[in-house]
Amino acid sequence: MKARTLIGLATVLVLLLGWYVATDLGGLIDRQRFPSPSDIVAAGSQIVSRGYAGGTLLTQALYSLRLVVLGFLVAAVTGVPLGLMMGLSRRFEALVNPAFLLVRPIPPLAWIPLAIVWLGLADGAKILVIWFAAFVPAVINSHTGIRNVDQTLVAAGRVHGASAAQIVWEVLIPGAMPMIFTGLRLSLQASWTTLVAAELVGAVFGLGKVLSTAYRDIYPAMIAVGMITVAVLGALTTKILEIIERRVIRWREY
Amino acid sequence: MAGILTAARPGRGQLALLSVAGTAIFFGLWQILAISGLVSKFVLPSPTEVITAGLTMVVEPFAGNTIQGHVIASFGRWAMGFALAAGIGIPLGLAMGYWRVLDAMVSPIFEAYRYIAPLAWVPFAALWFGTGIGGPVMVIFTGAFAPCVLNAYRGAHLVERHLIEAARTLGAGSLRVMAEVLLPGALPSVVSGLRVGAGLGWQSLIGAELIVVSSGIGYVLVQGQSNLAPEIVIAAMLAVGLTGLLIDIALRFAESRIRRRWGQTA
Repeated sequence: MKARTLIGLATVLVLLLGWYVATDLGGLIDRQRFPSPSDIVAAGSQIVSRGYAGGTLLTQALYSLRLVVLGFLVAAVTGVPLGLMMGLSRRFEALVNPAFLLVRPIPPLAWIPLAIVWLGLADGAKILVIWFAAFVPAVINSHTGIRNVDQTLVAAGRVHGASAAQIVWEVLIPGAMPMIFTGLRLSLQASWTTLVAAELVGAVFGLGKVLSTAYRDIYPAMIAVGMITVAVLGALTTKILEIIERRVIRWREY
Repeated sequence: MAGILTAARPGRGQLALLSVAGTAIFFGLWQILAISGLVSKFVLPSPTEVITAGLTMVVEPFAGNTIQGHVIASFGRWAMGFALAAGIGIPLGLAMGYWRVLDAMVSPIFEAYRYIAPLAWVPFAALWFGTGIGGPVMVIFTGAFAPCVLNAYRGAHLVERHLIEAARTLGAGSLRVMAEVLLPGALPSVVSGLRVGAGLGWQSLIGAELIVVSSGIGYVLVQGQSNLAPEIVIAAMLAVGLTGLLIDIALRFAESRIRRRWGQTA
């Protein structure tokens, strides 16, 4: 295990060194196309202190983060209950499934133009698209989660005199919780991908706006800064979701 | 809510009836909402208008091509990017499963790469490879690559160690072990990865076409949007969904055949 970490670290260092030598030192690579480490540091400090594409890194990142969190929350609040209801009642599932199956194969990104026709470039359009993107995994996994609950547990509950409501709240929903969180993690990933795409297509603010402006200015170092920021925020929000998951599903660690 | 709680399940006929009712409600509400005048035609066209727009595009070119021409253009790009992702990703994943050193070397970089949303590569893809074929192919590649690597890697770990040792004792070289022991053993997992990758690649391509490319079905979406023609946008969305669905069905079919053939059911 120790050796593994060392080898990984060494590889990363060698690559970073090779990159530095090829760009900053040797000039083997055209820096107009591929930024050097010093270019990225310069671009980073520019956007942090003076701002780029209409705001500093902090304001742009917070702007995008707010949209992702809002869209994700709306999707979670609507998608999880819908999935649970479809899991609990086969009648409800039969009623809702056709519409859901029809909409499901359409990639969330394909909703972007329609959202722009409906709501323009405002925040609402982005939240709508993120909602669509994050909705599907939330529904599917909550649905499967309920269906995968061990039926012996349900039977045991019934034998011990639990009411239908008790079985739903104390057996089925807790049993589905791990799957629900798997779905939410996928939803969160989809939210970030979709936000980046939506902001690249058209935005006034945000990290996608940074990316598209940097592309138009042929400023590769700033593109890299934008990408790194998106990746870091994606990783951070995933970690936060994992912490929440561990709090909610505490009983899993017997 | 009683469905799962009571032993008696609703009958098939009843469920089928509910499905039909659900479909009817969906299209009925849409049609009523569209023709009632509550929402403008420029916001929500009726289902019939969408179908008309779609059929018109089959014969009359829109944005430089017919709708099937656009779909074929997109599909061609997708196939190239996907083939590239599979061609590099699967051998890399298998090799990472075989050589621990390579695994240790590549894993940290790969983990970092996975956090970058595929669409965030669009600016670099366009800058490096242009917006014709190279750029979109790179975006599809970045979307499809990770699942290809991951599933080949996981599949390689499912192969029993003594099969590999037996092959090596009998004199097989590393490449032969990978091609003739690891790949067949990992195949079911590899194909699942291909299916996930295919979907992500298709979705990434649509994103790339929305942003920088000026042909393909994603471009029809953008053109419909700037012409304020939601019926064209929705018809194109259906074309996107249908193509993605067909790709998925084809790979699902391949997956089930391979699972049966190679004797794994999980």
